[in-house]
Amino acid sequence: MAKYLLLKHYRGAPAAVNDVPMDQWTPEEISAHVQYMHDFAARLEGTGEFVDGQALAPEGTFVRYDGEGRPPVTDGPFAETKDLIAGWMVIDVDSYERAVELAGELSAAPGAGGKPIHEWLEVRPFLTAPPTITE
Amino acid sequence: MDEALLRSLTPTVLGVLVRRGADFAAAEDAVQDALVEAVRAWPTDPPRDAKGWLVTVAWRRFLDATRADAARRRRENLVDEQAAPGPAPTVDDTLQLYFLCAHPSLTPSSAVALTLRAVGGLTTRQIAHAYLVPEATMAQRISRAKRTVSGVRFDQPGDVATVLRVLYLVFNEGYSGDVDLAAEAIRLTRQLAAAIDQPEVAGLLALMLLHHARRAARTAPDGSLVPLAEQDRRRWDTTSIAEGVQILQAALARDRLGEFQAQAAIAALHADAPTAEETDWVQIVEWYDELTRLTDSPVVRLNRAVAVGEADGPRAGLAALAALDDALPRHTAVAAYLHERDGALSTAARLYAEAAQKAPNLAERDHLTRQAARLNARRYR
Repeated sequence: MAKYLLLKHYRGAPAAVNDVPMDQWTPEEISAHVQYMHDFAARLEGTGEFVDGQALAPEGTFVRYDGEGRPPVTDGPFAETKDLIAGWMVIDVDSYERAVELAGELSAAPGAGGKPIHEWLEVRPFLTAPPTITE
Repeated sequence: MDEALLRSLTPTVLGVLVRRGADFAAAEDAVQDALVEAVRAWPTDPPRDAKGWLVTVAWRRFLDATRADAARRRRENLVDEQAAPGPAPTVDDTLQLYFLCAHPSLTPSSAVALTLRAVGGLTTRQIAHAYLVPEATMAQRISRAKRTVSGVRFDQPGDVATVLRVLYLVFNEGYSGDVDLAAEAIRLTRQLAAAIDQPEVAGLLALMLLHHARRAARTAPDGSLVPLAEQDRRRWDTTSIAEGVQILQAALARDRLGEFQAQAAIAALHADAPTAEETDWVQIVEWYDELTRLTDSPVVRLNRAVAVGEADGPRAGLAALAALDDALPRHTAVAAYLHERDGALSTAARLYAEAAQKAPNLAERDHLTRQAARLNARRYR
């Protein structure tokens, strides 16, 4: 088993095929999309492959240490940041091929006109603990 | 087996152990062990005296743990095995436990966790699931909380306001899991109201009952939020509303108004309206004025702007809103709503989409996006 992160971007991924902002969909299309996402997660729970799924607010802050006795420096949010993560799903699957298959299904979630969004999702393998048997 | 009954005995049993001289942290662990044992043993071998059974088992667990501890430290056993039964437990024990678990030295998240375990009798695993954190994290939070209050004397009177804030948090920020935290908060507040006679305790209980009554109507079958005005009021729980109103009226009659009574009064006015159109918004604005006087909270002022918009028209609502900091959570959502009521549909659509970006949770985000979509669809088609 290996864990993969399926990353959804607000910005930074190549443009989706059906690239219409959500507030330009009909309310029914939004409901269909939300339902698809719920069903997808529920199905992966059923197959024992779901680990976690979370959504992130679009606005964040950059923070860094600024030396002993000083409060951390904060900066941003930066409107020009190229890459902005919207959320993720963590899956635990048998193969890379399975991870890609599932990401493909997630990307088929319906959007404007009830048609698949064909959104680009990023698939990133987790770095794992070293195996016990090494030779 | 009635798990609610079992858990309702938790503070009494814990009180007995502490009265007998056990320190709070060790006693609390022992009571948890006894609860787990009860869940295992009672279905096949139910006790005649549930409380007596729990006290006996918890006390034995406490002695075992203390002895093991003492042996390890090569110290003399501090407790006498044949301890006197001690004074009979009273409601005061329960009250003292509430005070201890909501002690001002605890952070809100620690106070919530400790209250749910030591007063509510929930297991660490249940609490961890409810708040979506790993069990080990919740275990640490609880044991740190117990260490924090270890020096607090059990017989010191506490501040009931801190207890109410903790119970309010449990009710309002209950997430998910197999435990219904809203129902649990109501149970704990009911138990507190039985132990201490104060109008604000009753006010909080009424507030919870009135909001809980709307729960079934608050979400559509697909999980989306249904705003108050669009809820099917036939699905409101009339028993819960009747109880909430009755408790509230008795509290208000004592003429010691507080923020929870005022909030409950607003909820009661909504519950009282057979349809959204028949809502007595003028009276609701008056209650928001009282609340502003009591709390001076910007969130209250924001809600007041919505009520003003209903009572005196959207322009008046927008004027009230203009006086508030637009960085307030949900400010944009309120502006969108008032502009829509004022007929400025494209402004409203833009603001709904903007509000969706700032929404603090997915249900609200989806709801606000749908509102934007609804107005945009009207414009484009």
